[in-house]
Amino acid sequence: MSDLVADTALDAATPPRVETPFQRFRAEFFESKIATIALAIFLIIVLLAVLAPWITPQNPYDLAQVSVMDGRLPPGSEAFDGYTMWLGSDGSGRDLYSAILYGLRISLTVGLASGVIALLIGMAIGLVAAYAGGRIEAIIMRIVDLQLSFPASLVALMMVAALGKGVDKIILALVIAQWAYYARTVRATALVERSKEYVEAAQCLGISRFRIVFRHILPNCMAPLIVVGTVQTASAISLEATLSFLGVGLPQTEPSIGVLIANGFEYMLSGRYWISVFPGLALLLTVVSINLVGDHLRDVLNPRLKK
Amino acid sequence: MTVFIIRRLIQALLVVFMMSVIVFFGVNIVGDPVYMLVSPDADQADIAAAISRLGLDRPIWEQYLLFLKGAAQGDLGNSFIFGEPALKLILHHMPATMELAFSALILAIVVGIPLGLYAGLYPDSRISKGIMAASIFGFSLPTFWVGLMLIMLFAVELRWVPATGRGDLGTFLGIQSSLFTLDGLSHIFLPALNLALLKISLAIRLTRAGVREAMGLDYVKYARAKGLSTRRIIFVHVMKNIMIPVVTVMGLEFGSLIGFSVVTETIFAWPGMGKLLIDAILQLDRPVVVAYLMIIVLFFVLINLVVDILYSILDPRVRLQDQGA
Amino acid sequence: MRKLTAATAVAFGILAIGAGAASAEKLTIGLASEPTSLDPHFHNLGPNNAMSVHIFDRLIAQDEKQRLSPGLAVSWQPIDDLTWEFKLREGVKFHDGSDFTADDVVCTMARAPEVPNSPSGYGTYLKGKEVIKIDDYTVHFKTAAPYPLMGNDISTIPVISEAGCAAATEEFNAGTAAIGTGPFKFQSYTPGESIVLTRNDDYWGDAPIWSEVEFRPITSGPSRVASLLAGDVDLISGVPTTDIATLEGNSDIQLSQGVSNRVIYLHMDQFRENSPFVQANGGGDIVNPLLDVRVRKAISMAINRDAIVDRVMEGVAMPAGQLLPEGFFGVSDNLDVVAYDPDGAKALLAEAGYPDGFELTIHGPNDRYINDAKIAEAIAQMLTRIGIKTAVETMPRSVYFGRASTGSPDGLPEFSFILVGWGAGSGEASSPLKSLIHTFDKDAGFGSSNRGRHSDPETDALIEEALSTVDDTKRQALLAQATERAIENVAIIPTHFQVNTWAAKAGLSYIARTDEYTLATGVVKD
Repeated sequence: MSDLVADTALDAATPPRVETPFQRFRAEFFESKIATIALAIFLIIVLLAVLAPWITPQNPYDLAQVSVMDGRLPPGSEAFDGYTMWLGSDGSGRDLYSAILYGLRISLTVGLASGVIALLIGMAIGLVAAYAGGRIEAIIMRIVDLQLSFPASLVALMMVAALGKGVDKIILALVIAQWAYYARTVRATALVERSKEYVEAAQCLGISRFRIVFRHILPNCMAPLIVVGTVQTASAISLEATLSFLGVGLPQTEPSIGVLIANGFEYMLSGRYWISVFPGLALLLTVVSINLVGDHLRDVLNPRLKK
Repeated sequence: MTVFIIRRLIQALLVVFMMSVIVFFGVNIVGDPVYMLVSPDADQADIAAAISRLGLDRPIWEQYLLFLKGAAQGDLGNSFIFGEPALKLILHHMPATMELAFSALILAIVVGIPLGLYAGLYPDSRISKGIMAASIFGFSLPTFWVGLMLIMLFAVELRWVPATGRGDLGTFLGIQSSLFTLDGLSHIFLPALNLALLKISLAIRLTRAGVREAMGLDYVKYARAKGLSTRRIIFVHVMKNIMIPVVTVMGLEFGSLIGFSVVTETIFAWPGMGKLLIDAILQLDRPVVVAYLMIIVLFFVLINLVVDILYSILDPRVRLQDQGA
Repeated sequence: MRKLTAATAVAFGILAIGAGAASAEKLTIGLASEPTSLDPHFHNLGPNNAMSVHIFDRLIAQDEKQRLSPGLAVSWQPIDDLTWEFKLREGVKFHDGSDFTADDVVCTMARAPEVPNSPSGYGTYLKGKEVIKIDDYTVHFKTAAPYPLMGNDISTIPVISEAGCAAATEEFNAGTAAIGTGPFKFQSYTPGESIVLTRNDDYWGDAPIWSEVEFRPITSGPSRVASLLAGDVDLISGVPTTDIATLEGNSDIQLSQGVSNRVIYLHMDQFRENSPFVQANGGGDIVNPLLDVRVRKAISMAINRDAIVDRVMEGVAMPAGQLLPEGFFGVSDNLDVVAYDPDGAKALLAEAGYPDGFELTIHGPNDRYINDAKIAEAIAQMLTRIGIKTAVETMPRSVYFGRASTGSPDGLPEFSFILVGWGAGSGEASSPLKSLIHTFDKDAGFGSSNRGRHSDPETDALIEEALSTVDDTKRQALLAQATERAIENVAIIPTHFQVNTWAAKAGLSYIARTDEYTLATGVVKD
């Protein structure tokens, strides 16, 4: 993510100085201890999720490795196959530590994939609107407005109800629920940029519209986009959990974090706290760390808040 | 102005029509409602009879045309499950959702704005950091999880308020609502709080951001230089400027409150239209799903229109036109 | 914590007006599923039937074990091969004060199958029966062929007054037409929120102990339990299995449990050479192994029913060896639960020519039966361990039942191996035999839920003979014989019978029912 910022920031930079904008950005970002820790936690979570098959004792999606006889064991119990279940097991006998890491893979994939796709689509539409202007802009923005006035949860709920279950369908539903946020952000920023002198200058120099949009306007939209992106990614992950709770989320047998939490909901009053608490904590850590990073990014990238 | 409103209404109709096509065909792809309806004891002939009674044996475009014909006369079809007009069912469940969303909105404003103001004025204080951290939790915890925790704490352990359901109705100014009775208020407190958490966080953040920006602006500096008291600067000048965007956004969020009420209503057994919708989805009560969405689309289009009109009245610089927001 | 709770409850008593039963006579019940209407003939659905029992009597009542007992009819018997005579109870009054007579029965039987917009009516039970009034307190039901299940069928039809026969469903929901002879009278109905009934002081039977009963739908399991713990309601139905252990340890709560008439079973594709969800190891077509009775037997032996009951159902279920639990009419005394024998299962698979197993997908609903998705998963685990590599696909019932019944392109069942349940509404064995085991026969109405399309002429003959044998002893023997043959052929694999759990606040208990109904008359003070 910071690479992305770096590239665009460098692109926009005028002749290199002693301190590049990226260096300044980096220094400012790491000034905040909370944001630094949050970023570290997020990176660790991503790493754990990626490495899941190599660092977990059980593949929770392989039914030959899961046994109901191991169901609902408290943390620290020994599984039938000999390993220790440090976080206990869920109702179907999945080792929660393994299930959480595998679940994170799915949840992060869903969150990031839907975030990136929605960002690309929203960005393209927003740029077209901002640059085309006139009737096209009016039509696009009406649609965006309308889409935005629908709660994302409702859009996603309807989409999943209409499309059915599956990782790909959830991603599609989340993209449809979220693209408009990006489109609005890009257009708003692009409108501001469009009226700036450097664009007028570029136009006078006879530089093509296309080039102006992609070389000059787009890089300047990146900062707000990244901020919106972090918030939207985090909310996509918790939205997926909510959909699972409502019974229209991902399939049971290959649980995402959301499905684990939704399953854990049944156990909240049962005294077997671990089945709902540990997946909940994992989701919380993920979403909070993304939000904290996003929050701080916004402060750093917002010139009006400079001291 | 009139031309503007008429044009927008025509646009709205167009949007509603488009949505009806998408929703009608989308909902009809999924599942087979007949098996949700017939008794297991029914034999093959009973099932065939049920299919033809519901009109499901007709081709889908024909079903859609029938739906359109009915819709033109204000009939959005009968619920498969309740046998009553879908529109009537939804309107019947609407007040409960509205009062829940309204209470949550009020809670969000009453709790969120003061906290956000404080956090914006003293960004480096420990309390502010606590408020901001808490607001992130408000964003991050799944609503259903928090909902059950609230029930366990306030209803089961402390027994301050009932766990589920809607309380007695009272009438005030001709409006019937559970907000007008003590019993009703005790019932609505938890679900409203649950629904409001997300919006409280949002209000805190919006207010804080607004205050922080405003405090650095020239007019505040001038006011200070003029020797106005801090209190006057904050409550008269700063608040006036940040309230408009905050209240606007919160107003628009009313829609998302209605959307999220699906979860809250499920947990708190609140008899609103969100519960009706999720039940209709799970039981494939297609007419109710379609009618619900039609109503919601219409509702949001109207809210947008009203917001635009209010804007033009509040801020003469905004001219009414159909172009972008 | 409990002591503190009591203290705060007093302190905040004003706020908690809605909580608990203010007078000892009022009963509040939290229902897991809500009736869709108060019109007793509108929707043939468990929650609707349970609710209508309060307001409307049947000619024949079903007790808590679904045994038939006199209701508005004092006697019913065949007077010849084609005629049943019902003698009606005299002196019974409807809630509006009018007398109950044969005219009410005749118009009830005419209305029940013909309610407009009804999603699923009662025609199933009245098909081929003609009702004739003989005198004010005698009616005859005539059929074209000998029909032994007359009592069971008629016990499903709620009797309304002649005045209500012309009323529309809305009038029943509004209360104006909801006039029966039952132990409770209509008070108010707010869909999604509450149904309130008051005692019928002139009831012909035992007067209920509750002067007022409020039913509140609380569909989310944990919320329902929390409402009981908080004192909002006095009794809840459908206690989630996950919470039973903690509630057992809570002295403020009293649990009531009873086995239901619902068997959970597996259906296997027994009609296609190429079954869509069966594959050779590593993919590729094979001739459907499920056609081989040895493979079906091996699957049954590979299922550890005790583990399902103990681990998945948390002890709240009974391992099943046939279609209904013992005690029901028509069950066999000779059938035991198939013993868990993974080695025997493997040997049998090898004998059938599949020493290394094959690949299979089990399909099941995830919101229909208690813990359904978890059961499907557990079964897949067990089969995978004997070499049948089983994938699991669960889906909402709204999608599942349509696909399982007619989902393939040619309108046949789509899946190869499914988890389903069957509740015997009639309370005897002909119900599952007729619908699940008998060869699929559209014209005769047999095998309507035979989604594996099992077909055995000999079993069919036994079932058909039972269905036209009026003599109870003979019919019982025929039904047991048909069951034994079906199990021998592994037409289906029963896994367990559901056990239903109700929870009440201390001092109350519920008389558990096999039909899963929650009735206010079944709530007794200790």
